[in-house]
Amino acid sequence: MNLDDAPLLTARGLNLSFGAIPALVDVDADLWPGEMLAIVGESGSGKTTLLNVLSGKLAPRSGQVWYRDPDCIQHDVHAMPQPALRALHRSDWGFVHQNPRENLRMAVSAGGNVGERLMAQGRRHYGDIRTAAIDWLGQVEIDADRIDDLPRTFSGGMLQRLQIARTLVTHPRLVFMDEPTGGLDVSVQARLLDLIRSLVRRLGIAAVLVTHDLAVARLLADRTMVMQRGEVVEAGLTDQVLDDPRHPYTQLLVSSVLQA
Amino acid sequence: MIAPPVMLRTEGLAKRFTLHLQGGLQLNVLNNVDLEVRAGECIALAGPSGAGKSTLLRSLYGNYRADAGRILVRHNGGFVDIVSALPRHVVAVREETLGYVSQFLRVVPRVSALDIVADAARGLAPDAARAAAAALLHRLNIPASLHILPPATFSGGEQQRINLARGFIGGHPILLLDEPTASLDTANRDVVIAMIREAKAGGAAIVGIFHDAFVRDAIADRLYQIAPYQQAA
Repeated sequence: MNLDDAPLLTARGLNLSFGAIPALVDVDADLWPGEMLAIVGESGSGKTTLLNVLSGKLAPRSGQVWYRDPDCIQHDVHAMPQPALRALHRSDWGFVHQNPRENLRMAVSAGGNVGERLMAQGRRHYGDIRTAAIDWLGQVEIDADRIDDLPRTFSGGMLQRLQIARTLVTHPRLVFMDEPTGGLDVSVQARLLDLIRSLVRRLGIAAVLVTHDLAVARLLADRTMVMQRGEVVEAGLTDQVLDDPRHPYTQLLVSSVLQA
Repeated sequence: MIAPPVMLRTEGLAKRFTLHLQGGLQLNVLNNVDLEVRAGECIALAGPSGAGKSTLLRSLYGNYRADAGRILVRHNGGFVDIVSALPRHVVAVREETLGYVSQFLRVVPRVSALDIVADAARGLAPDAARAAAAALLHRLNIPASLHILPPATFSGGEQQRINLARGFIGGHPILLLDEPTASLDTANRDVVIAMIREAKAGGAAIVGIFHDAFVRDAIADRLYQIAPYQQAA
């Protein structure tokens, strides 16, 4: 079997509820190498819960998530020892939060924020780490002379780009993104979208992207899953789901988008 | 003489829309569409407005999901059925085999026209892709001063030519064209006719919607008549 024919991440039968509120109902998902999958839906649809369960941050009541490592060994994400899961988050995986402050260390310089993830992987040569940090600041269009500045002097868009540099510097195979362009000015959003799209493509990264913005899904994602009240009501190629929606809820979502 | 190979064939293709927001209204658009296109051949979809020409073209690309039948596309030496293929296999077919020029340009904002076109090139290093994109834009009379600008502010005709450049730069063996000359003046229309003829000569199979009779007569080998569903039934 062709290696590329095996999913990187597989989820089966995920269920979770918060009290009486269903957050995940029998959710299945697959992600193949190099692919971007969008999860869309309104607030409370369960999309962020799904992202947290897929990435091992939140345990489902039932169901399993499997990750295939570079040696083709399958790991049950929710049965892994915590140190192994943390190691995975430091190396093979990355997580981009809507609020970059959740991921960045605000009292550490921009270069330090990027270099820290490399050091967590065991890299020790200071010159190499600084060179890598400068390279990555450049890739996310932050001037190299800002390397020693604290993140608190950065704008919202710069912070988000710094978070992306910090996440991608270790060349993860799989990145989870929670509304990465949410809360940003539209002009900054456009630049960030282009940046994410080109980096993910060039590095061959697989990504799961949570967004409430259908236009973001259209520009970034190969496939899209639509969630409502914890259920995946529709899934397919992004352009199919958006141009030929079949489920009443997807038809409502698509027809509710304001045309600029 | 041996006939050129079949590149695209539909069998019993059907498509309907169920509009849940309009009380579950059913629109039956396509029924029993059997279409065959060979390498080097151009087929023009014909029929009155609303007959389903665009629906058929979008279904062939996998943009609309057919309800019945098959869409067989020659891909990597075999046939892939677009109707039943896994989404990521449809992505691969679109990348390597099936090109599509829509009427509307939909791209990441703030990316230059040149990069948008170069991005669609296949099998070229970045510099070569940009050179090929620039050459194609020049041929379509987009001046160099516009290449570095994002096309959001371009005129309708300019945007259509960016879209055409993006559709043709990949040299896909099958091309689907939705009114490729709708907003173009005569000079640019003639450039597009020449590009389509060259693609045909290179063995591309083309299915298109051409409202302009002059364009249709210049490039189409056959018409495929789509009758409105109600009359066909």
